[in-house]
Formats: sequence, C-alpha cells, structure tokens
Amino acid sequence: MATTALPSRGYLEDDTPTVWAWIKSWLFTVDHKRIAILYLLAINFYFLLGGLAASVVRIELITPQGDLLSSDLYNRAFTLHGIIMVFFFLIPGIPAVLGNFLIPLMVGARDMAFPRLNLFSWYLYMIGGLFALSAAVFGGVDTGWTFYTPFSSTYSNSNVILTIAGAFVMGFSSIATGVNFIVTTHTMRAPGLTWFRLPLFVWSSYATSLIIVLATPVVGITLLLVAIERIWGVGIFDPALGGDPLLFQHLFWFYSHPAVYIMILPGFGVISELISTFSRKRIFGYEFIAFSSMAIAIIGFLVWGHHMFVSGQSVYSGLVFSFITMLVAIPSAIKVFNWTATLYKGSISYRTPMLYALGFIGLFVIGGLTGIFLGVVAIDIHVTDTYFVVAHFHYVMVGGTIMAYLGGIHFWWPKMTGRMYNEVWGGISALIIFVGFNMTFFPQFVLGYMGMPRRYHVYPQEFQVLHVLSSAGSTVLAIGFIIPLIYLTLSLWKGKLAGDNPWDATGLEWTVSSPPPAHNFDEIPVVTTEAYAYPPEAAERDAAAWRPGSPL
Amino acid sequence: MATTTTTQGSEVQGHGAHADHGHAGHGRELQHHFETAQQQKEAATLGMWVFLVTELMLFGGIFMAYTVYRWAFPDIWAEAAHHLNTPLGALNTVVLLVSSLTVALAVNAAEEGRKQRLIRLLGVTMVLGVAFLGIKGYEYSEKFAHCAGYETPIAWATSGAPLGETECLVPGRAFVFPAAHGEAAADAHHEVTPGQSSPYQLFYLLYFIATGLHAVHMLIGLSIVGMLTFMAARGVFTSVYSTPVEIGGLYWHLIDIIWVFLFPLFYLVH
Repeated sequence: MATTALPSRGYLEDDTPTVWAWIKSWLFTVDHKRIAILYLLAINFYFLLGGLAASVVRIELITPQGDLLSSDLYNRAFTLHGIIMVFFFLIPGIPAVLGNFLIPLMVGARDMAFPRLNLFSWYLYMIGGLFALSAAVFGGVDTGWTFYTPFSSTYSNSNVILTIAGAFVMGFSSIATGVNFIVTTHTMRAPGLTWFRLPLFVWSSYATSLIIVLATPVVGITLLLVAIERIWGVGIFDPALGGDPLLFQHLFWFYSHPAVYIMILPGFGVISELISTFSRKRIFGYEFIAFSSMAIAIIGFLVWGHHMFVSGQSVYSGLVFSFITMLVAIPSAIKVFNWTATLYKGSISYRTPMLYALGFIGLFVIGGLTGIFLGVVAIDIHVTDTYFVVAHFHYVMVGGTIMAYLGGIHFWWPKMTGRMYNEVWGGISALIIFVGFNMTFFPQFVLGYMGMPRRYHVYPQEFQVLHVLSSAGSTVLAIGFIIPLIYLTLSLWKGKLAGDNPWDATGLEWTVSSPPPAHNFDEIPVVTTEAYAYPPEAAERDAAAWRPGSPL
Repeated sequence: MATTTTTQGSEVQGHGAHADHGHAGHGRELQHHFETAQQQKEAATLGMWVFLVTELMLFGGIFMAYTVYRWAFPDIWAEAAHHLNTPLGALNTVVLLVSSLTVALAVNAAEEGRKQRLIRLLGVTMVLGVAFLGIKGYEYSEKFAHCAGYETPIAWATSGAPLGETECLVPGRAFVFPAAHGEAAADAHHEVTPGQSSPYQLFYLLYFIATGLHAVHMLIGLSIVGMLTFMAARGVFTSVYSTPVEIGGLYWHLIDIIWVFLFPLFYLVH
C-alpha cells in the first residue's frame, strides 16, 4: 500500500521537450483526467470571480444607504454574481471536475466514451466564459441571472446579448458532458459492474446527465428567442408587440428548476461516497439512494411553476405545482435518512472530507425544509422576492453544492495529485466555512421574514444589524475559501505522498496508482463485489485499532 | 498493490499514446479506449440518439411557443397559413423525404461495403439537400420581395412588376400585436402598405425562426454528408466498419422528421 515514490508515469507527467509542447499536451489532451484538471482551474477562477462580485454586494449592504454603488451598478454586481456562480460554477462544477475525473475510473474504463467531445466541451465552456467576461468588462448586465423579460428585452440597455451568448454556449458544453456521461455509464462499464454495483456517485451523475440533456436545449432556444427579440425588435415575449412574458418564465424555469437539481444531485453522489468511506460501513439502502436520484430527476421536471406563484398563473396550477413540489421532499429525505442510518454504529472519523459531508447534511436539511415552506403557496406569496428566498437557495447551493464540491475535492485530491493536503488546515477551514456560512445566510432568513426585499441596495435602518452580521459572516466565509486554495496548492510540492488508497476506501478509482496512469487500467478490471463492500466488522476493527492521533 | 510495476507495460508508449491514440494491437478504426468494435458502435449510436433527444427539446421550445400563440390567436393563425407558398412547401417535403430514402440506402450500401454506390447515394443526398435549401431560400426571398412591393424576387431584382395587393410578412421593428388588430384581421391586408407590418407577423416570426433553425441544421447535415462522402472516397468504410455513415444518417433523418412536423403546422393547418 505505502508506495515510496510516485509511479513513474502518471497522467500528469510528460516527456515534452519544450514549454510549448507541454502546453500543447494539455490544451489538446483527450485524457478525461487532464480535462478535469483544466476544468478545475477554469471553474475555480470563475468561482473566485463570482465570489468577488458577492463581496462587492455584501460590502454595499453594510450601510442602509447606497454609498458604494449606485442602484444600477448594484444591479450589475448581483447579476454578475448570479450568472457567474450559476452558469459557470454551480452547474458545471461537480460534473465537469469530479465527474470527468472519476466516472471512467469508477466504471473501469480507459476514458469517456467520446474523449474528443469531452475536450470540445471544455473549449465551449471557455468560450462561453469569455462571452460572459467580456459582457462584464464592457459594462456588465443588469437583468438578474434569470434574464426575465421585459427586464432583458425592453428595459435593458446593458450587454444582454453577450451574456446570453455566454450562457447559450456554456449550455452546449453541459450537453456534451451529459451525453458523454450517459453513454459512458451505459456502454463502458467493466465486466461484472452491473448497474447495482455502480458507486452512487455514478448514479447521481447519470441522473444529472438526464436532466442536462433534456432541459438545457430548452433554455438554449429560450435565450436565443430573447436575443432575436432584442436584435430584430420582434415581439415574442413583449406584450406590447403580441408576445407573452409568461411564456419566457415557463420556458426558462422548465430548464432552470431542473438546473437546481443539476447543481445538487452530483453533490448527493459525493456525500454518499464520503459518508460510507468515513463510517467504514456499507451505505444504508443503496437502491433507495440510487432510485431517489432518478426520482428527483423526474419530479424535478414537473415543479417549475412554483417559481411563478405570483406571476399570474391560475390558482389551480399553483396548487398542483405546490403539491408536486412537496413530492421532491420524499426522495431528498430518503437520502438524508439513509446517510444518517449509515452513520449509525459506524466508525466515524472526522477527516476533512467527512467534516464537509456532515456540514452538508445539516445545511441541506435547513435548505430543503425552507424549500418546503416556499413550496406552500400562502407562505411563498408572503416571502416572495425577499431575503428568505435568497437564504433558502444559498443554503442549498452553497451549503449543499459547494460543501460537496469541497468535500469531494479533498477526498479525491490524493488520487488527482498523488499528494495529501494538510489535514490540520483542512479541518480548520472546513469549520471556518461552516461557521462563516451560517453567519452569512442565517440572518437572511430573519431579514426576509421581516420583509427585506431582495435586489435592493438601500434598506430601512432597522435591518442594519442583521445585514452587518451577514456581511461579517461573508468575510469569514471568504477566508474559509481562501485557506484551502493555499494549502491545496502548497500540497502539490510539500504534501506527503498519498499512496494508492489513503482512505482505505472501496471503488475502482482506488485500485489504480495515485495519480492514475494515463490509460487508467492496463487490464480492464472484472468486478465481483457490490459497491461499498466494507466487511461487516470493518467499523469495529477500525474502532478497536483507534489511537489518539491515528489517521482513521 | 504493485503500482510501480504494473504501470510499466502501457507506459512504454507513454505520452505517444496521447498523441496517436495508440492503435497498436487492434484495427485502425477502433479507438484505444474501447475494448471491442461492438462496444464502440454501441457508444456512438447511443450518443447520437441522446444528442437527437436534445435537438428535439431545442425545437420543442419553438413548438411550445407555436402552441401557446396558436391558442391565443386562433383566427390569425388560420388566416396566416394561407399566405405561405404551400406548393413549394409540399415540393420541399417530397425532396426531403426522398433524401431520407437515399440516406437509408446509403447506410445499407455502406454496410454491404459497396463503395461506389455509397458515394453516389451520398452525392444524391447532398444534391437534394441543396435543392431543399434553394427552394426554401426562394420562399424566403418571395416574402422579402412582397415587403419591398414586388410580386416575385425576380421582379424585385429586375425592378419588374409591382405587387398588386401589398402585404409584408417579414417580422421586424414594425411589429404589430395581432390582438390589437383582432377585429381588423379579416381585412387587414387592405390597410397595410409596402414595408409596413401585418397582423400575421407573430406567426411569421415563429415561421422564420423555426424554418431558419431547421435550415441551419440542414447546413450542418450537408457538411456531415459531405465529410462522409470524402471519407467514403478515401476508402474509410468497409463492410465491418460503417458507424459514421449510420449515425450521420440518423442526424439526417432528424432533420427530415422535424420538417415533417413543421410543414403541416405552418402550411397545412388552417
């Protein structure tokens, strides 16, 4: 197990003679692991950029009056934050980085089914990102990330078309990734790796991909229609010209509500892996977790109307959408209960990934339950467009997706780089993020309940205490995000060698060397066991062997 | 785990495998990350089908908009369809259906390894595709000529006979809300003058977007078939390996099937 040197030829290594050849070996790679690294760099860049915009928003909100930004600039700041975070971090985040890296390894394949399409998807992502960036550079966009008409058609004089082009192109990058995941899962599984032996991360990525391929084209055509409306002054969504702005909202949310599950489902998959590994136990209710991912993917397509309770849709469709929204709680709760049941009598070790996983469960429960509040028409109408909604989706998106993303990055960091990160700093930053997150967003529930509307840069005096608390929390949160950036980077040189399987985890990705060889498997493995085949006594053995300071 | 020893075998090629896909040990057409040709074919076919689903969802947005506005303005929709050139649309449908037949025959020829027949059939397909675009282009230019006040595009180019009864169906800045002209819809074409709008423009906006997007797909389809022809001429396809022809053919059939829905929705349903 304990290797003394890095394997001679991992996927990261080259024998390129010149720097230019080295750059080319990365930019023209078709290796899914290298593409994942390219995505990792790009996505983290956009995450920092989106975080910067969020910081500007939070600084402005320290005082009740608008002293840093004008209302117009404030609109552009939160729009930049929303668009960058949603389209360029949350949606591609876990699938493009962890999914690209892990799915071929987990299913025992040498690569994705379509390696060149995979590389192409990265280029599309970069092109889309450049469109969005140039829109920001040339003055930004003020529509909010939802591009609601007529904010985006009649009443916007900002760079709507550039931004839309960015989101449109990025959508095709998502689709390429989704097609690749679906085909890889269907056709590239190693002999013996039946569907019910797949790691749950593969199941959740598969469910995510189904949503991606079914929903993304719809937002593509919708954004295209908005662009056409703006360019030619035709009236497809403009009531003055015969169109219907509600049609935009229906088409937009038909994608964008399932997109919420594109963001969170891969996170569920990561958490299932982490909980099982760090409890030294088989996951509880494997089939239920797998099918609940599929159920979320399917039900997720039927609930978009809950974004439109106050948009003038009929009472009856409001009721139906409200009811179906409640149904989403069932598969979500199944997952949470199964995770906690997995913890029960497990040998739990609080390594950094596990801290993120436990944080995820707590924050996701709060985010999910407040989602049920908002699914009730009466409560939703009361808190529509307030900070309550903002707090709710940040609990799911930041408390859920980002916690899972960071947990997954830490868990598979030794596999990706061959080196261990600093466990002490890892634990500290996970705790800082947890505290900072709650400090930032819990006050927003209160603010929203008290009536603070979202998207305003000025507010009444009495909200200031809570806003200052929230802004202070976001500073803590920012520190929590910067620390991992530092120690993870340092670990590339200073980290101790990880060995093939530092966590003693199951799964095919842990059977290859760290970092994996360029073609993953010399011999395609034959799988004879189910996933998470920790022996029944593994937890007890682990607990008996525990000494103060021992790693697991 | 013998990490340092097991990696040796494949690493002889090392980076070279990145560059040339490492075709050692199997046929040229089998990519290195697949185990068998069967697996590669399954992957390619499934990938194409999944992609076709995304295409259907893309057009689905337009069909949704069509349904919503047809529901909102049934009279105008029924009227507007009469202003399309149905004979040309029907001719285009025939052209496209025949091209689907030639593609299907081409796939068959590829599977049988009959190279000359394959190239000929792909060539005919491209001719039919270009013919479709040509007829479509003529229909478009007819609408633009009417806006400019001429009977036909040829009359427009040669400053020939002006249009007796003016109508402009090309949507643009001067868009008119159909409902605002609801009562006037029946005799609307008496009111409008060249360059101005008509109450049918919402219909024609969707018509231009849907058929325009379809034409873009046709251009992509033409370049795919062109590439397949080139590959066929180079002798890439054999009776054991013809997957690209098959999945290229699937894409062509998608273009066909979308038109099969567009044609009745815009031209025939009154």
